[in-house]
Amino acid sequence: MKHDFEPKIVAFVCTWCTYAGADLAGTSRMQYPSNVRVVKFPCTGRIDPVFILKAFQKGADGVLVSGCHPGDCHYMAGNFHARRRFAAFRKLLEFVGVDLSRLQFSWVSAAEGGKWVEVVTELTERVRAMGPMLEFKELEIEECWSGKIDTPELKEAYNNI
Amino acid sequence: MSRIGVFVCHCGENISRTVDVERVAREAGALSGVAFATDYKYMCSDPGQNLLKKAVAEHNLDGIVVAACSPRMHEKTFRKAAQSAGLNPFLCEMANIREHCSWVHEDREEATAKASEIVAMLVERVKKDKKLAPITVPITKRSLVIGGGIAGIQAALDIADAGHQVVLVEREPSIGGHMAQLSETFPTLDCSQCIMTPKMVDVANHPNITLHTYSEIENVDGYIGNFQITIKKKARSVDMAKCTGCGICMAKCPQKKIPNAFDRNMGMRPAIYVPFPQAVPNTPVIDRENCTWFKTGKCGVCQKVCGPGAVDYTQEDELIVEKVGAIVVATGFELYDITEKPKGSPIKGYGEFGHGKIPDVIDGMTFERLASASGPTGGKILRPSDGKEPKQVVFIQCVGSRAREKGISYCSKICCMYTAKHTMLYKHKVHDGQAYVFFMDARTPGKGYDEFWRRAVEEEEAGYIRGMVSRLYQKGDKVVVMGSDISVGVQVEIEADLVVLATAVQPRQGADTLAQKLGISYDKYNFYSEAHAKLRPVECATAGIYLAGACQGPKDIPDTVSQASAAAAKVMTLFSRDELEREPIVAKVNEKNCVACFYCKKVCPYGAVEEKEIRDRNGNLIRVVAYVNPGVCGGCGTCQATCPSKSVELDGYTDEQIVAMIEAL
Repeated sequence: MKHDFEPKIVAFVCTWCTYAGADLAGTSRMQYPSNVRVVKFPCTGRIDPVFILKAFQKGADGVLVSGCHPGDCHYMAGNFHARRRFAAFRKLLEFVGVDLSRLQFSWVSAAEGGKWVEVVTELTERVRAMGPMLEFKELEIEECWSGKIDTPELKEAYNNI
Repeated sequence: MSRIGVFVCHCGENISRTVDVERVAREAGALSGVAFATDYKYMCSDPGQNLLKKAVAEHNLDGIVVAACSPRMHEKTFRKAAQSAGLNPFLCEMANIREHCSWVHEDREEATAKASEIVAMLVERVKKDKKLAPITVPITKRSLVIGGGIAGIQAALDIADAGHQVVLVEREPSIGGHMAQLSETFPTLDCSQCIMTPKMVDVANHPNITLHTYSEIENVDGYIGNFQITIKKKARSVDMAKCTGCGICMAKCPQKKIPNAFDRNMGMRPAIYVPFPQAVPNTPVIDRENCTWFKTGKCGVCQKVCGPGAVDYTQEDELIVEKVGAIVVATGFELYDITEKPKGSPIKGYGEFGHGKIPDVIDGMTFERLASASGPTGGKILRPSDGKEPKQVVFIQCVGSRAREKGISYCSKICCMYTAKHTMLYKHKVHDGQAYVFFMDARTPGKGYDEFWRRAVEEEEAGYIRGMVSRLYQKGDKVVVMGSDISVGVQVEIEADLVVLATAVQPRQGADTLAQKLGISYDKYNFYSEAHAKLRPVECATAGIYLAGACQGPKDIPDTVSQASAAAAKVMTLFSRDELEREPIVAKVNEKNCVACFYCKKVCPYGAVEEKEIRDRNGNLIRVVAYVNPGVCGGCGTCQATCPSKSVELDGYTDEQIVAMIEAL
């Protein structure tokens, strides 16, 4: 079904659990919205919060970070580091004023194809209801106004916000 | 990198049914830096791979993206193909347009657009890919086996028979483990000692096996192929080289009233002792806690009577360092003890069974010793309180096991079978006796197991009562067992002479501490976790460490022996090469930027980060930086995400590669 607004969702996943879980959803032919783009990491422990900012900046409307369940990490403790890092990062986002509903953290194991579908569908629907992510786009335009680039298109875009 | 080739696979109809593959190839061809793009029905097939190789040569490609199935499926295939075409295999990426696209989206337009975008992301990524060379590490072809039960013994013998050196470490003074304690074994009722002791002797005599009994693992360093193990050899107070095993010291020791742990505290032993007559090595050990010499400084009888002068009170614990390439962990199990509530354990205890205060309520292993010909009663089944022959015995199953509310939810697996065996052994020895079994389910899935259980029920007439026991208490010299028979819906009360509890199988105490030393993972019950429950059941997630036996979960003897041999086979596979090749996905430190905060060292789960000193030509220390040992690095990348100065980079997952993908969104 087509909607007026199709959000861009980026999923940062670990290769051992969630990527395999998404594969399982595929082999089980489970259907879910096509808005998600998967970026594979060896472990959620590798995911730098900067990537999340970068994704938002590049037009993502929602970001999903997903890895192994606590205790199941292939690298023993990477997901614990990730969990702690994102707890802090969410506080920072909240402080900055970004709506936290756009960022989701979840555990999806290699056996949970169904859970992957659920998480992706839920996040897509939620972000769709929230509308496009503008905070970073505004910032980008603001930056442009500060003198670096000054085009009529940008001026118009700025006036339209 | 600017000459990328894109190969879009139809996967028969799996992809092409929902994705317009020709359009994906066309759109990929229009991307900047893409020199060639095509589609083919089966890219992984031989002609498909040839097409890829030919294109690399013809179009002088310096990077390829295969848009097909999951990289978990065919990444190796295509990397190999790339390699044979003269490309570095790590310049080949896979865009997963099957599992993550065609199979999960029905709308052709949507799926095609998504597939194109996935391809575009991977094209950007491959541009930033670097040539990586496989890392080789030398292998020390010796192995360590921790635990000298049947699992450890089997693994050690298999590896040693293959011609490799084995170091076997056992915590107790003798090898043999629980199997040496058993009377008969199910489902054949053959004598445990008869099949066990020859193997124990084989271990002691094997030229390739170094046996360290009464020893524990102190420290583990290193990584697959190159472990360095520190073993603490506890002071035996007897010189193993001099002792002839004559046994005079034990006979003359004035201290004789120490409960024998091997006989579940039913028999007595002296302070200088061997755990059981067939012990290997047959060298006694002085139990310093109970020895009069060590307590008061007076006695010294054993030293006086020892002909060869082997008794040495001054012996001290010694540390031995062994270098090995592989480790087999076979630490086994112990039975849940209802007499005490273990500290820090999730288990809530069994007050209703008298907390083990009633002397005639015993556990399965104690019954095993009673029934054993080498046991404290010489094989006669006599109850512990007054030595009378019990005429009514109640066996209770699932004590601790399968009781979520008590803290353990797993099935201990062996109890159904050993209880059936106990009822038989009892009936064979006390012909007019009656055995009752309170059970919930009878779980007998092994070869010949169900037949065995039926024999116990039908031929040996064990009274199986489906239901749990609610309470038991002492009444005179009887133990009254109150329970219910749920198959007929009545309350049952039996005045038993002896009650045997099939208590839960648990990992050895200290299993978690050992796991932390080894760097392997364990579950909430402290059972060790295998790398993959189905496809890698004997390997740990930590490379070079293998599991055998009940330390991984409850197991019977056939399963334990099979797994031990499997672990040995894995070790031999590792040892079949001189060098180990591993994926070059490892972290590297940019020494110029490193500020030596060592956050990376703190977060590294493998302990791969070391402190490296940088010195000038004259040997003066300039500064200290982090260094990642590529042999130890597991490639998780946690260090990179943690590094505040961005000085660590994980090959294959560099910031550049990831950001390139995000920018292509």
